[in-house]
Amino acid sequence: MALTELAPPPAPAKPRPTRRPRRQIDRMDRKRQRWGWLFVAPFALVFVTFLVAPLAYAFWMSLQTSTLATGTSFTWFANYAKAFTDPIFLEGLGRVASFALIMIPAQMIVALVAALVLDNLSTALSKFSRLMIFVPYAIPVVIGALMWGFLYSPRFGPATDIFGLVGLAAPDFLSQGTIFASLVNIVTWQWAGYYMIIIYAALRGIDPAIYEAARLDGANGRQIALRVKVPMISSSMVMVLIFALIGTLQFFTEPQVLRAVAQGAIPVSYTPNMYAYSLAFSYSQFNYASAISFALGIVVFAGSYLFLFLTRKQSGLK
Amino acid sequence: MKTKFLASVGIIAVAAAALTGCSAGSESSGSSKASCTNKIVNADAPQVSVWAWYPAFEEVVDVFNNSHDDVQVCWTNAGQGNDEYTKFSTSIESKSGAPDVIQLESEVLSSFSIRNALVDLTEFGANDVKDKYTEGSWKDASSGDAVYAIPVDGGPMGMLYRQDLFEAAGIAVPTTWAEFATAAAALKASGSDGVLVNFPTNGRAFNQALFAQAGSVPFVYDSTKPTDIGIDVNDQGAKDVLDYWNGLVQDGLVTTDDAFTADYNTSLVDGTYAVYLAAAWGPGYLQGLSDADENAVWAVAPLPQWDAANPVQVNWGGSTFAVTSQAGDKDLSAEVAMGLFGTDESWKIGVEKGALFPSYKPMLDSDYFANLEYPFFGGQQINKDVFLNAAAGYAGATFSPFQNYAYDQLTEELYSMVQGEQDGSQALDDLQDSLVTYATEQGFTVTK
Repeated sequence: MALTELAPPPAPAKPRPTRRPRRQIDRMDRKRQRWGWLFVAPFALVFVTFLVAPLAYAFWMSLQTSTLATGTSFTWFANYAKAFTDPIFLEGLGRVASFALIMIPAQMIVALVAALVLDNLSTALSKFSRLMIFVPYAIPVVIGALMWGFLYSPRFGPATDIFGLVGLAAPDFLSQGTIFASLVNIVTWQWAGYYMIIIYAALRGIDPAIYEAARLDGANGRQIALRVKVPMISSSMVMVLIFALIGTLQFFTEPQVLRAVAQGAIPVSYTPNMYAYSLAFSYSQFNYASAISFALGIVVFAGSYLFLFLTRKQSGLK
Repeated sequence: MKTKFLASVGIIAVAAAALTGCSAGSESSGSSKASCTNKIVNADAPQVSVWAWYPAFEEVVDVFNNSHDDVQVCWTNAGQGNDEYTKFSTSIESKSGAPDVIQLESEVLSSFSIRNALVDLTEFGANDVKDKYTEGSWKDASSGDAVYAIPVDGGPMGMLYRQDLFEAAGIAVPTTWAEFATAAAALKASGSDGVLVNFPTNGRAFNQALFAQAGSVPFVYDSTKPTDIGIDVNDQGAKDVLDYWNGLVQDGLVTTDDAFTADYNTSLVDGTYAVYLAAAWGPGYLQGLSDADENAVWAVAPLPQWDAANPVQVNWGGSTFAVTSQAGDKDLSAEVAMGLFGTDESWKIGVEKGALFPSYKPMLDSDYFANLEYPFFGGQQINKDVFLNAAAGYAGATFSPFQNYAYDQLTEELYSMVQGEQDGSQALDDLQDSLVTYATEQGFTVTK
């Protein structure tokens, strides 16, 4: 943009004697465009087949209402009206919102501290530590949740032994009162390493001359970390936050897997995604499940958009 | 240039065909020629696809295929219980992909028949074989005059207990629930680490069977009047049962672990629970668990009764074969559903290898079955001693067309009860309210 403004205004060119050259250029462009389409086609095909078409079908389904006894009828947006007044759905949304409030800061703090420490270390241990913090992310979410299910188990888990050493009874990690914290722990363990790598990469990209300048100005290590490094990687932090926010609103796998060992503490409608899943596959309410899914999509979209709008300065979008 | 262009188009066309091809290829209603787990003996005969979950089922299929020239069974193990139902439910919704014949627990038959997913087998000769099956199991599989499935196995209930633990604590085998509660207290007083029994809040059909023993009839439903349903889950019988169990829970005499978890399985075999209130398939389940206590001595006794003078037999679980409405050839499919477990030969495999308890009368009436000795129970003839009697006394039950929802709600209410948030009566009243609301929302006319 800026370059075109600086360019001198085009000279009033004489009308060309013939229009053939331009038509030739047009034809060449079109030819190129055709090739462009060809290159895009494989992706577009998969995109339309596996994303756009299912979404359109799900949306069409969400506009109908089916009941067990009376069959299916077209009811426009009645399912959406029902969804946004459905106490179970709203309760689930409230639950993921409180998960977001606790879980996202927990993941961010762990990831940021680990990245800052690793950025300062230059021993042989740092590479190993980096790998170790990242390893949980390499474990599939389902496997991780299953593994934690065993670690939390009062019978197989290590907690009973550890607490026993000091003569205390171990807490039941799968009870109603503790399941929230237990889930926060699993997710933080799983994702903090991944976010750490993103933040660490951003830290590596900072010009070390800036640290030298800060040190000359009399800043100590902590001040460099908090006043120089953190502000300079704010765009990466915002990105991490967006990932975490979307992931948390769609919270599904961990509670669904843990439900196998704690059905009372984790009801079928624990999160909106789980609610949609059980509506569709346990109660055969496919239409209402589609509506719940779209309603959740709307909330996720609005939430991420609002967040990006509020942090547009830090994220470098503005 | 032009040939290159055409070549690229060709590649994309092939890719497109590969991507969408799967939907075009498998349109052949239910009778798609899926890959069978078993060997087809007579390749020229028409095939009927079957979903069933017992590993020992393969031999039953072989017996059937070897003795039939007119039809062959193509078996797939699509998972047990809800795993299979999820797949079936999805194929009903997408109107393709269901097998011709499917194994279903009797408790979900109404949930599928209301979606027009099952064929009424009366017009395919189901009533001709009615006499071969127990009255209770036949009632479980039918609704009004319609028969939606052919019974396979049942789950008459008994009490499996640890004889060694009972003797160590000096407890007599309880025959009534009052004695059962006394025994629970006695075991605790003897200083045992374990408890008498576990009361799982996710017991689903188990909890429902306990209520039924006290006369509870939770649902009245007839598929000929599909929009009417009677819901009465909070009758006095069920409330009494729940208050009894809640008393044991609050006194710390029984545990409330979730059933069928790794913790629960370990507790079953390591002596944490001295009693396993089980269906007739329970011994098979118990023997399949690893890490069992080698010194454990198991025995079987009848389920404790509320009124010893008027015993009531109840049933937990049991499966059937139904013909789906997507079946290609319904006559042949019905023949398979009736024939798979319709002979003594297949039933011997089912009993010995699958640990099934037959709903098939000729097997139940045979001396072979009555005199069968079980090494796991020290050679006890558990069928003659307990389960045959329990099966004979079972009169059948009716399940709701939204049984999964009802069970999930029951689990939530029971959990909040054992957490001390409400008593048994309140839990059942809440359950009644939520089921009535749900049924009304689903378009049913609800009567109590």
